[in-house]
Amino acid sequence: MTNLYEILGVSKDVSPDELRKAYRALAKKYHPDLRPGDKEAEDRFKEIGAAYDLLSDPEKRKRYDAGEIDDSGAEKADRRFYRDYADGGDGARYYWHSSGDGDGRSGFAAEDVFADLFGRTGGGRQGGFRMRGADATYALSCAFLDAVNGGRQRITLPDGKSLDVTIPPGTRDGQSLRLKGQGRPGMGGGPAGDAYIEIHVLPHRLFRRDGDDIHLELPVTLAEAVLGAKIRVPTVDGPVDLSVPAGSNSGSRLRLRGKGVARPGGGRGDQFVTLKISLPEKPDDDLKAFVDGWAKTHPYDVRGDMEAA
Amino acid sequence: MFTLEEIFVRTRVDRQELDIWIERSWVRPVRDERGWRFSETDLARVEMLCDLIHDLGLDREALDVVLPLLDQVYDLRRTVRVLTEAIGDLPQESRERVIRRLARN
Repeated sequence: MTNLYEILGVSKDVSPDELRKAYRALAKKYHPDLRPGDKEAEDRFKEIGAAYDLLSDPEKRKRYDAGEIDDSGAEKADRRFYRDYADGGDGARYYWHSSGDGDGRSGFAAEDVFADLFGRTGGGRQGGFRMRGADATYALSCAFLDAVNGGRQRITLPDGKSLDVTIPPGTRDGQSLRLKGQGRPGMGGGPAGDAYIEIHVLPHRLFRRDGDDIHLELPVTLAEAVLGAKIRVPTVDGPVDLSVPAGSNSGSRLRLRGKGVARPGGGRGDQFVTLKISLPEKPDDDLKAFVDGWAKTHPYDVRGDMEAA
Repeated sequence: MFTLEEIFVRTRVDRQELDIWIERSWVRPVRDERGWRFSETDLARVEMLCDLIHDLGLDREALDVVLPLLDQVYDLRRTVRVLTEAIGDLPQESRERVIRRLARN
């Protein structure tokens, strides 16, 4: 087993002053924060530190020389080094350009490095390096009908620049639009990156979208359901007349062909209208009297298939 | 987060010295209504500075040279890490081309 003198590379009769010098030289060589990529440096540094801790104390050194303390008792407490943090996100606060104003402007470091590495012309192995700018991603909330019919929206980027975004008809929630050349600027004359705009479609008060189809719940009166009617119905591109056949029920679904969302390859989805029979807000005596008389002679079973449950 | 007093308990720095480090931005704690607050990173940074001064024998003049260099090394390491991750996201063919190019260096 290596003894503590050997760890520090000194002889047993080393003077305290020489011991300190030897320790300093080794600590400079092995301090983990000065050798961030070297895994063994930490063990070595701790070993050196522990050896010096013991040998620099005259009392302990005497006892060690007499064999009363062994090497293993000198282990230093575990600690974490700066390098364990510096490589992570919090370490970016110590970005060196900002020393002086105390305000870590992380995020610029990478660009500076790339500009430095790739931006010079003539001197490099290939005589200059062009590098495409990075892509940027932005989120944009968009009204339901703008997503269905297409629209135009202006967004302001973090750097204050604004971008006009054309939302194509039929845009889906979560879809990303690519704006060529609107990302980060390139280096050394390289082209700019692209901007990706992730679209979040806001819900609509009346319409619900399912793929290329639009769903709408349509309240109808008792009379319209029983007798049939022609009703003005909203669609994504304006109201149309819908024929409700006589004898329609709550939950009946009618289709307005081609009134849905534009499909990418051409054509459009459909709008589905689900009827919901609405009674008058306050049933009047006439209605009660009529239904009472009618029900007595026209019984019907609406829960026949529920009996098993 | 650690308070000023906790930093004094855990490290070898004293009040006067730490004030100088903060003023020089060698250590960058944040300030709230109750005073300075040190993150784990800041604490490790204080310990590193103590080592550099007490164990390695550097003085403030030397640290003025060493610290910026050290911070640049860590900046570069963060950048390389980001770059490595970005390379990892590339299609395999591009990834292999980058790796071949690095191997030639």
